[in-house]
Amino acid sequence: MPDETIFDTLTKRTDKQLLEPDRWVEQHADYLFSYAFNRLNDEETARDLVQDTFLSALEKVDHFRGDSTERTWLTAIIKYKIIDVYRKKSSGLVKKDTLVCEYEEEFFDPNLNNWKREHWPQPFGVEEHDPLHNKEFISVLKRCMQKLPALWLSVFTMKHMDEEQTEIICKELRLSSSNYWVIMHRAKVNLRSCLQKNWL
Amino acid sequence: MKNELKTDLEKIAYNCRKATFLIEKKQEEELTAREKMELKLHLAGCYICRVYEQQSMLINDLVKNLFNGDKPTGIKLDDDYKAQLQKKITEKIKKN
Repeated sequence: MPDETIFDTLTKRTDKQLLEPDRWVEQHADYLFSYAFNRLNDEETARDLVQDTFLSALEKVDHFRGDSTERTWLTAIIKYKIIDVYRKKSSGLVKKDTLVCEYEEEFFDPNLNNWKREHWPQPFGVEEHDPLHNKEFISVLKRCMQKLPALWLSVFTMKHMDEEQTEIICKELRLSSSNYWVIMHRAKVNLRSCLQKNWL
Repeated sequence: MKNELKTDLEKIAYNCRKATFLIEKKQEEELTAREKMELKLHLAGCYICRVYEQQSMLINDLVKNLFNGDKPTGIKLDDDYKAQLQKKITEKIKKN
């Protein structure tokens, strides 16, 4: 189909899903914006990514096979752009020192490896009261997540928000699998401790 | 020296750093038989790490729930920006 214009491709009738770029903004812009904002916590960047996504999607319409919905397809595109942002933010942070310092000596005794007394996990007191819908608790959690170093937050977000495969995270962020586990551990120990400090 | 741990069992019993590491790992993949045993032994005697484990799982649930299905957060693009964006898209379609 050498002479087929982009517009013909777009509007071609098949029994599969169609793309309607004329309605993208109306139908998907807010969704994609909120998707990106949730993962980046930065309106400016999220907004830019929505635009980038639409414009680069237009260039890729030939790749759209119609197996998924338009929204799923656009979401996959913005997801890669978000990972790119993570990668840029965290590049250079994979250096040894950021991995070794910080919490090692803070939470655990350097010789015995047990919890230091002042860092003992205490019950939050929300466990029996439907914590999944406790708005105040969730907002403390969100603030604590934003305090994590960029690389840790990227790894943590990819894992838990998108349930990404560990190998994919390692590949995208250029981490070894042992670094991955160290980061997940540190991120969680820090996050939990921040929750305790700010909640109790 | 008072602080020296002699037996393997003692080392496992004290090692909250390792136990919390295994607690994280366990939530994503199956531990080796040895790791399972170590964690079980440790948790049997360590109330603090049992609290940690419960909270660690709660945090995972919360984070998943928070973004699951990307429920609308109420955050929206403003209309001017959308109009501009639509214009750019239309132009680009025409160009091709």
